[in-house]
Amino acid sequence: MTSPPPLSPLIAHGLRKRYGDTLALDGFDLEVAPGTVHALLGPNGAGKSTAVNTFATLTRCDEGEALVAGHDVRRSPRQVRASIGLVGQASALDEVLFGRENLVMFGRLHDLSKAAARARADELLTAFGLADAADRKVSTYSGGMRRRLDIAAGMLTRPRLLFLDEPTTGLDPRGRNEVWQMVRDVVAAGTTVLLTTQYLDEADQLADRVTVMGAGRVIAEDSPTGLKDLLGGDRVIVTASAATDLERLREVLGGVADPERREVTVEAGATGGSAALIAAVRSLDAAGLDVDDVLLRRPTLDEVFLHLTEDQPDDQPAHEGAAR
Amino acid sequence: MTTASMLRHSWVITQRDLKHWQREPWTPIFGIAFSIMLLLVFGYLFGGAIELPGGGDYLPYLLPGMFALSMMFGIETTMSAVTADSKKGVTDRFRSLPMSSVAVPLGRAAADLTNSALQLAVLMVGGLIVGWRIDGSAGAALVAVALLLWLRFAVLWLGIYLGLTFRGEGSLMAVQVLVWPVAFTSNLFVAPETMPAWLESLAQWNPVSATAAACRDLFGNPTGITDGVLADHAVLLAFAWPAALTLVFVPLAARAYRRLGS
Repeated sequence: MTSPPPLSPLIAHGLRKRYGDTLALDGFDLEVAPGTVHALLGPNGAGKSTAVNTFATLTRCDEGEALVAGHDVRRSPRQVRASIGLVGQASALDEVLFGRENLVMFGRLHDLSKAAARARADELLTAFGLADAADRKVSTYSGGMRRRLDIAAGMLTRPRLLFLDEPTTGLDPRGRNEVWQMVRDVVAAGTTVLLTTQYLDEADQLADRVTVMGAGRVIAEDSPTGLKDLLGGDRVIVTASAATDLERLREVLGGVADPERREVTVEAGATGGSAALIAAVRSLDAAGLDVDDVLLRRPTLDEVFLHLTEDQPDDQPAHEGAAR
Repeated sequence: MTTASMLRHSWVITQRDLKHWQREPWTPIFGIAFSIMLLLVFGYLFGGAIELPGGGDYLPYLLPGMFALSMMFGIETTMSAVTADSKKGVTDRFRSLPMSSVAVPLGRAAADLTNSALQLAVLMVGGLIVGWRIDGSAGAALVAVALLLWLRFAVLWLGIYLGLTFRGEGSLMAVQVLVWPVAFTSNLFVAPETMPAWLESLAQWNPVSATAAACRDLFGNPTGITDGVLADHAVLLAFAWPAALTLVFVPLAARAYRRLGS
């Protein structure tokens, strides 16, 4: 096998898509580097799913151009479909069929022979920890198992590019971790992943590069660390108990005191959140100070989003669209 | 994309749809039970009070009507299955695969026809038990069965089109209600010649009336017809009506499938 040229598996320029009065995509640009996880981060209504559906040839955009695996989504939809896997927001599994039957069915629809489809299904079921549940109806699966089977179905043909539309929305923490691990395995096997998410945390865990979307446009693009640095990263927040002097607490911890909430906030800085948290607890212990609460706070998507839109004074519509 | 691969994909879809009925057989079983209930209600409760123009017993008149009715009611089976798939995202995955857009509807068509053929067989056996007889030739009876399935085939595309286009909560219910006036404004239960003139012509031109009249004729059952368009052209119309429906709704269904995302 010759290694494919390091061309971008996805390039999009000036995508525009209108649904009635709403511009779902408003001049959206994107370039995904091969072998990476690229996250589209944004609130509901930012246009993430419309973008993914356009790339997967499910939705036709009104304007602009998108090349997926080197094929134009409008002119060669079939070639595009042959190079991608799509895991949409809604579960795309047949609930009545068994897990294995789902994979075999989708494999055969991908033009694998019966034997090849079976072999590939077994391989994926084992790789993603679903072998024990292979011969049960999907309707008996947990949320995390369903999602994993869904992603396995997207990986049947070892696509160049896998789209994951909000893969962990609605999952419990355990299911979310399982899916995260699966995404890492997928990328390790050489597939490029474009995922959409509402959680900065998720982008942080998985993505090499993050595009923040609002109102159908790119608001910012950076590495997860770069995005968080915009906000000064993690903070440790300590709430003083009734018996503790707030000013003394501030002296011990450093940082900024908020007398109204009886809190002291410490910026974690370059050492990272957990190191700052440990340092804070140690100094509290050493000083013998009594506190009600100690917590580590990461910047949330809301904060990143608000911060980014504040930086653009003439960008009012971005926020309206985001709130929709 | 070759025809061979399109047919192979359709077959995969057909197998999947049939597996649904095999694992959750309640929809078709209830469908058959419902037809049997109607047969009993009309055959034994109302039947005694119904006189046929041109003479003949009511029960052998009713049964071909019941056959046509169960083919027509197939629209609900098709529509609910199509709506459920497109709501869940299974349809979106099918659409994201490198396969012909005809394969999914065609696979559905084959599965629904198989299911309906089975229902029809059960109803015919039921009919024979309660005293319905085939008095025509075997060849004519086969043509009658073919015409019934031909009606089911046409209704299928209408069901796929409606299922893809109207996916709201109420639309299946609306269809479930609306099939009744269509069923009653026909010759399925009573002879149109006993109706007021304006209703009679509506009932005569109802596509299901053509199928029922043709089947009665071919099975050698009383037709309840002494005059009118169905007296001479029932078989022709039983072929032409479904053909017209198919010609209109196959392209519409294919278009609705392609346009799901936009």
